[in-house]
Amino acid sequence: MSEHSTGPGGSEPAGPVDLAESPAPGAPGGAGGWQSGAARGLGGVPSSLLNAVLEGSSAVVTVLAIFTAIVIGGLLIAFSSPTVLHAWSHLFSAPGAAFSQAWDVAASAFSAMFEGAIVNPHTVSAAFHGGSVAAIFNPLSETTVNATPLILSGLAVALAFRAGLFNIGATGQFIGGAFIAGWIGFAVHMPMILHVVVAVIGGFVGGSLTGGFVGYMKARTGAHEVIVTIMLNYVMEFLLLFLLGLAVFRAPGLPNPVSPPVANNATLPHLAGASLRINAGFLLALAAAVAVTWLLNRTTIGFELRTVGANPNAARSAGMSPERTWVIVMLICGGLAGLAGASVILGTDFSLTPQIYGTYGIDAITVALLGRAKPGGVVLAALLYGSLNAGGVTMQGLTQIPVDITTVIQALIVLFVAAPPLVREIFHLRARRVGEEGQLLAKGWGS
Amino acid sequence: MTATAIPVVHRQRAAIDRKQAIAGVFVMLGLVDIFVFGFLADKGDAVFTFTLNGAAVSVPNLSLPPGPVSEGLGALSVVLGLVYAATTLSRLSRRLAAAAVMLSFVVSFLCWSDAGRIPLPFVSLMQTTMLASIPLVLGALSGCLCERSGVINIAIEGQLLLGAFAGAVIASSFGSLWLGLVTGSLAGGLLGALLAVFAIRYVVDQIILGVVLNVFASGLTGYLYDQALVPYQNRLNSPATFTSIKIPVLGDIPIIGPILFDSTIFLYITYAAVALVHIGLFKTRWGLRVRAVGEHPTAADTVGIRVLWTRYRNVILGGLLAGIGGASLTIGSVGSFGKDISSGQGYIALAAMIFGRWTPLGATGAALLFGFSVALANVLGTIGCPIPSDFLLMLPYVATIIAVAGFVGKSQAPKADGQPYVKS
Repeated sequence: MSEHSTGPGGSEPAGPVDLAESPAPGAPGGAGGWQSGAARGLGGVPSSLLNAVLEGSSAVVTVLAIFTAIVIGGLLIAFSSPTVLHAWSHLFSAPGAAFSQAWDVAASAFSAMFEGAIVNPHTVSAAFHGGSVAAIFNPLSETTVNATPLILSGLAVALAFRAGLFNIGATGQFIGGAFIAGWIGFAVHMPMILHVVVAVIGGFVGGSLTGGFVGYMKARTGAHEVIVTIMLNYVMEFLLLFLLGLAVFRAPGLPNPVSPPVANNATLPHLAGASLRINAGFLLALAAAVAVTWLLNRTTIGFELRTVGANPNAARSAGMSPERTWVIVMLICGGLAGLAGASVILGTDFSLTPQIYGTYGIDAITVALLGRAKPGGVVLAALLYGSLNAGGVTMQGLTQIPVDITTVIQALIVLFVAAPPLVREIFHLRARRVGEEGQLLAKGWGS
Repeated sequence: MTATAIPVVHRQRAAIDRKQAIAGVFVMLGLVDIFVFGFLADKGDAVFTFTLNGAAVSVPNLSLPPGPVSEGLGALSVVLGLVYAATTLSRLSRRLAAAAVMLSFVVSFLCWSDAGRIPLPFVSLMQTTMLASIPLVLGALSGCLCERSGVINIAIEGQLLLGAFAGAVIASSFGSLWLGLVTGSLAGGLLGALLAVFAIRYVVDQIILGVVLNVFASGLTGYLYDQALVPYQNRLNSPATFTSIKIPVLGDIPIIGPILFDSTIFLYITYAAVALVHIGLFKTRWGLRVRAVGEHPTAADTVGIRVLWTRYRNVILGGLLAGIGGASLTIGSVGSFGKDISSGQGYIALAAMIFGRWTPLGATGAALLFGFSVALANVLGTIGCPIPSDFLLMLPYVATIIAVAGFVGKSQAPKADGQPYVKS
């Protein structure tokens, strides 16, 4: 087990590392500190966080983790329902009723969720009797709409993971992107296609500036990106609140701090008619996933990024500059989260509100972890979470069970995915050979 | 550019940079005092009142002319900055200089913001500061206890939230505030235990873990709030609140009394917690062992300290403390629980801990500073100050970014912070 803590194991370029580390980089106290990086040298443990995220757990464990989380969510739904609790107070006189009540409540919740996220049988049968065909696809459309910002901001976190950075700042970058995209959308007049393109690019730039600041701070001063991003999130939230209070950015005649809606020209076009919310933002997100894959595997920047993520010392001795890579990566990651903001403001919400950022930034972390920091995985994880979110709304409408249960389930999924030994204990799975399956190995602030 | 050369060069340059950067900040703040708060102040004096309604002893109001006061204090800051740059001061005088510059800035700012407006109630401003600081201090102490033993605690936010929830619900349904306080603490401890098990037994990355636990706590309390507290508001979510306890004699001292010695039990618990954690960590054998585990677990293990047990215990203790802080948000002030009532205060507590360089006293000072900026944002709104409160609310976060960037001195985490200990 101790091999884990010494680094990324044998698969990484070990030769240059030894050469670089043998003269002891003169940073005895700096390795575990918060101010890792340039100011203190890069001594110490290379990113096992990266390994952990990448090789987190096998597909079996992931599936079992999702299953366990849903079961716990179901139990929570059942045992917080007054009818079930009433039935259980008569457990010994009517045990059958107690169990069937619990089952019914949980089952109705999850079937409502399915109807809201995948397909509702009623709309299918209605379509055969002259109803709307589009209505059949409404749940899937809602799933993709919910997944779009999750894919984009999830990529923002995942790409940072690959470079050994933990980007908790998707919220702030989202706000930066949403604000610039929204501002271009409602304040500028441009011809049709050009307007939406410029607004989307503006979203990328807005997020990019926010993210780039974090990268610059880390590269220049060694400030730990986790702290800077957390704090920057709140700074951006208050900045948004302040800006929306100014007359320039505020819709005239409204009492609330809300911006005017973006112009029609700047909205992302619907993909399947006006009745379904699915829009070009989803294509943008998929394109971004493809672009990130290409960036990671086919470009020099991607190679440097992966090398720096695997071992900054090795990267440095091979002539790369980790500092420069951090700045570039955070510029791109910020831009991706900014695109998520643009996709929301230009695709579904249209007006800036003080709460526009929702929980996308935090959900992005769970999506990136579940997707194991790979673009394809992120897309799948975002679709799963998007379906949970879309289904949760329908569930609340049909069964009055609060939508927050989806947040609980999502957190539990990641908790279990992050702890494969726990899942194996629950299901009595045989542990794999040591080293074959790296679990999420913890490490210090110095990553 | 060999690997050996880089850190040495950086370190020397950083030391020079820091001294000059701090001196520069002093001078800049002084100039802001003079040219913004001094020259641009509205006409009229700034009036501070020091007497609450019904106080036994009446203290006369203080009336300051903002122009001369701000310019004088600004000049002092500039001089201190120049002295700082020119000479090498002792550690104590460095700190005194920094404190003087900060105080000058705050006083000038208050004079400027109150000039020609309704009097600024100093005592209630400070009372709000103390009230707002309680969860921050307790959360930051929770962080100190955990991180000194080598476990990163980002889950403070979740611990506050669960503490607030459990405190309100239990106090409301059983009608006992003390039971609510204990349960709130236990709820925080429970999340602490969860953090400990996943971090220590299942060696999950502790930063990821903290974030996920916060999401979990937010989702769980949000769900239970909508599911149970909203329909049964009267039974489950209408707790009483702790009343103020005035300490005899001390509570009657003008100005200080009502601020420090006339508050709910939470403030007194906080005093005790700060003292206990500070003495415990730095003056006892227990604390020496905790810090040994946080700095060098292998060495600690070699001399027979039970590393994992120490970590379990400290993380759970921290959770218990943060849980009390959470309970203060409901049964210590507003009473009923609301969704996400902690609203990022756990992250401010984390910031306070870092700002205070992982020491209980430093963290407490930072938490008080952050509490002050929150209280100030409230008060300035009521006296009609032109500064948007958003910027004051931003202050703790901006200050933390500046701190981790190294401008306020070195922030060094315990060496083994966040690294799991696996016996080899």
